[in-house]
Amino acid sequence: MKKILEKILKNYYENEGNVISILQDIEENFGYIPEEAINWFSKKLDIPASRFFGTATFYSQFHLKPKGKNILTVCRGTACHVKGSERLINRILMELDIPPEEDTSEDGKFTVERVACIGTCSMAPVVVINGRVLNKVTLDKLFKEIEKLKKRSKYVRG
Amino acid sequence: MSGDNIKIKICMGPGGIAAGGNDVIEAFKGQLTNQRINASFGEQCSLHQVGCRGLCAKDVLVEIIIDGKETIYENINPEKVPRIVKEHILGDNPVKEWIAGEDYDNFKKKQIKVVLSHCGEIDPEDMNAYIEAGGYKAAHKALTSMSPSEIVETVKTSNLRGRGGAGFPTGLKWELGLRIKSDVKYVICNGDEGDPGAFMDRSVMEGDPHSVIEGMIICAKATESHKGYIYVRAEYPLAVKRLQQAIDQCLQKGYLGKNIFDTGFDFDIRIFQGAGAFVCGEATALMRSIEGKRGMPTPKLWRSAEKGLWEKPTVLNNVETFANIPKIILNGGDWFRNLGTERSGGTKVFSLTGNIKNSGLIEVPLGISLREIIYDIGGGIEGGRSLKAVQTGGPSGGCIPAALLDIEVDYESLAKVGSIMGSGGMVVLDETNCMVNTAKFFLEFTQAESCGKCTPCRIGTKRMLEILERITNGNGKEGDIELLEDLGSHIRATSLCGLGMTAPNPVLSTIRYFRDEYEAHIKDRKCPALVCRNLITYSIIEEECTGCGACKRACPVDSIRGVRKKPHKIDPELCVKCGTCFDVCKFKAILKA
Ligand SMILES: Cc1cc2nc3c(=O)[nH]c(=O)nc-3n(C[C@H](O)[C@H](O)[C@H](O)COP(=O)(O)O)c2cc1C
Ligand code: FES
Repeated sequence: MKKILEKILKNYYENEGNVISILQDIEENFGYIPEEAINWFSKKLDIPASRFFGTATFYSQFHLKPKGKNILTVCRGTACHVKGSERLINRILMELDIPPEEDTSEDGKFTVERVACIGTCSMAPVVVINGRVLNKVTLDKLFKEIEKLKKRSKYVRG
Repeated sequence: MSGDNIKIKICMGPGGIAAGGNDVIEAFKGQLTNQRINASFGEQCSLHQVGCRGLCAKDVLVEIIIDGKETIYENINPEKVPRIVKEHILGDNPVKEWIAGEDYDNFKKKQIKVVLSHCGEIDPEDMNAYIEAGGYKAAHKALTSMSPSEIVETVKTSNLRGRGGAGFPTGLKWELGLRIKSDVKYVICNGDEGDPGAFMDRSVMEGDPHSVIEGMIICAKATESHKGYIYVRAEYPLAVKRLQQAIDQCLQKGYLGKNIFDTGFDFDIRIFQGAGAFVCGEATALMRSIEGKRGMPTPKLWRSAEKGLWEKPTVLNNVETFANIPKIILNGGDWFRNLGTERSGGTKVFSLTGNIKNSGLIEVPLGISLREIIYDIGGGIEGGRSLKAVQTGGPSGGCIPAALLDIEVDYESLAKVGSIMGSGGMVVLDETNCMVNTAKFFLEFTQAESCGKCTPCRIGTKRMLEILERITNGNGKEGDIELLEDLGSHIRATSLCGLGMTAPNPVLSTIRYFRDEYEAHIKDRKCPALVCRNLITYSIIEEECTGCGACKRACPVDSIRGVRKKPHKIDPELCVKCGTCFDVCKFKAILKA
């Protein structure tokens, strides 16, 4: 971890970066913002940790908890809403046994995120599954994809 | 030269990519390098990825040009590629049944492409393609033969108004930017595209990145600035990549950096990636974000033109605003002005989405009627249902009811009916959409995105949302509508920034035109559009049910009982009204009421 942090710090100095770009680098490297990382930077740069946390919680891009193995991002933009994304997300959460206030399943296999529009509105409703855009999503299509992921994660243990 | 005879252009705009454009490209590549095809023939063909062509509903769109003759195919997938190559490219006999038909022609008819003139025509990653299409001529002209005030005058003449939402005259903004003297000044391009449900700016940044950069260079010259930023939202990684590539190409060619076009003028652009916050689209919040802080708006004691980024004079414009600039410089202010209405010049890009047949990206002259957009270009409503309303301006805008379809689309007339032009999102709602639910949707969004700095917005929107929640849950009270109106008008009047000031708009405009729907929810405990979960029930129509068991298997809470081949039943006590059974039943045997 330390090595990665050193590298991010170097980038920061080289690119006249700021708190947001540090956080973006941390998120990219770890998939979330570990508390230790923030404390480390806070000491190195003499910026209060609260400033990092304040910024991290302000922007939806940052996560303070690790995410699941598979990430399903449901678009909650207007076009997708009009085409029924609210029902989709409720049904997915049920299917994956994720309680309403949480976003990751207990076994850590699935995280369901919401995003406000990914700019593919003419293909609404849209769900992004591990980076791949699935367009004109129906429950049927979605169940098939989830089934595939469930099967796969059975073989890849962990 | 190789690749001159046969051009294959594949739409790789947001829609094209989502529809599998990459696979189509690979399929063409595979076919063209196929051993059975003569090697020299393969060399005559060139493959181009192009930006959004607009009609995303029919993606992937593929254009084949043989000796200047253009043919457009719609709904292309990799399986269709071998036949196109064999019959059309090798056999000179186009595959008639896949050629884009009437919809595509109608879709194009009333559009005028200024901002989007390159989108769908040129390869956005190829700088030479942009230059061949006339690119950087305007920047060259501005830098070599125009003075800053001449540029400002041309932009003023054009009547161009900011495309980011507020519609402030761009020429005036630049004039102020020029007048204020300072050693450091900034030019910022706002590519945050916060309206959830719109993709105009994404399409421009990805489909024609050089036009944005060229517009910024001209602005820099006009306002005597030497440093620019492009703020791109986090959800648009491809836009970031394409813009960065374009910037690097410009640096290499000497179109950015020191001594541009040997005129002694310096200008640099950096990209800044947003981190996901709607309020950062607001100009002052955006600048705080670039400074690395929480993106909170600041009261406008000074105009940004005087004290903006790092307290230095800053001119900030929207992506589409900048993309218009090169065309204005080349064709003159009068030309642009005459395209639009008396009060706003030019064209406007809209993303036409929701329950409409030809959803996609369109560009129309300002002053066109909403009816022409929905019916002539958009092809009307999907599935023969009837139009209820058109939502414009996103979370800051309002809903225009079907009865007002003949209004002209421009800043003033949309404001008059209680909506706004906004940045160009246009979402079509039909009879299956509940207006109260729609209002709640927008308020949920603005409430969550409120930065929390001022009280009316932080707490007021929360209270409004609670009322909407109880109405849609069937617990609405007498007087709730009036309470919403009252709260809304106060939030509008007292919030700090545009987010709060406009947040009540979706609620107020739906109350104005669809009060009866609110009343049905409150008084009759009914959702006329059958959307609000607590106000509907699902049951099985015995006569229609074949007992196939599809619904039983799909039900997440085991609320459906029955034996095979006999009509099933839903237990209303257990049913959570997720609607899955309704979706999976092939016999229309589920009744939603
Ligand atoms: C809450 C809020 C969100 C905004 N989001 C955007 C946005 O995403 N993109 C944009 O260009 N302008 C947005 N604006 C408008 C900007 O503050 C600013 O007026 C605009 O970018 C100026 O450029 P223009 O004159 O070219 O339109 C937003 C304003 C508010 C109040
Ligand atoms: S609203 Fe879902 S992609 Fe835009």
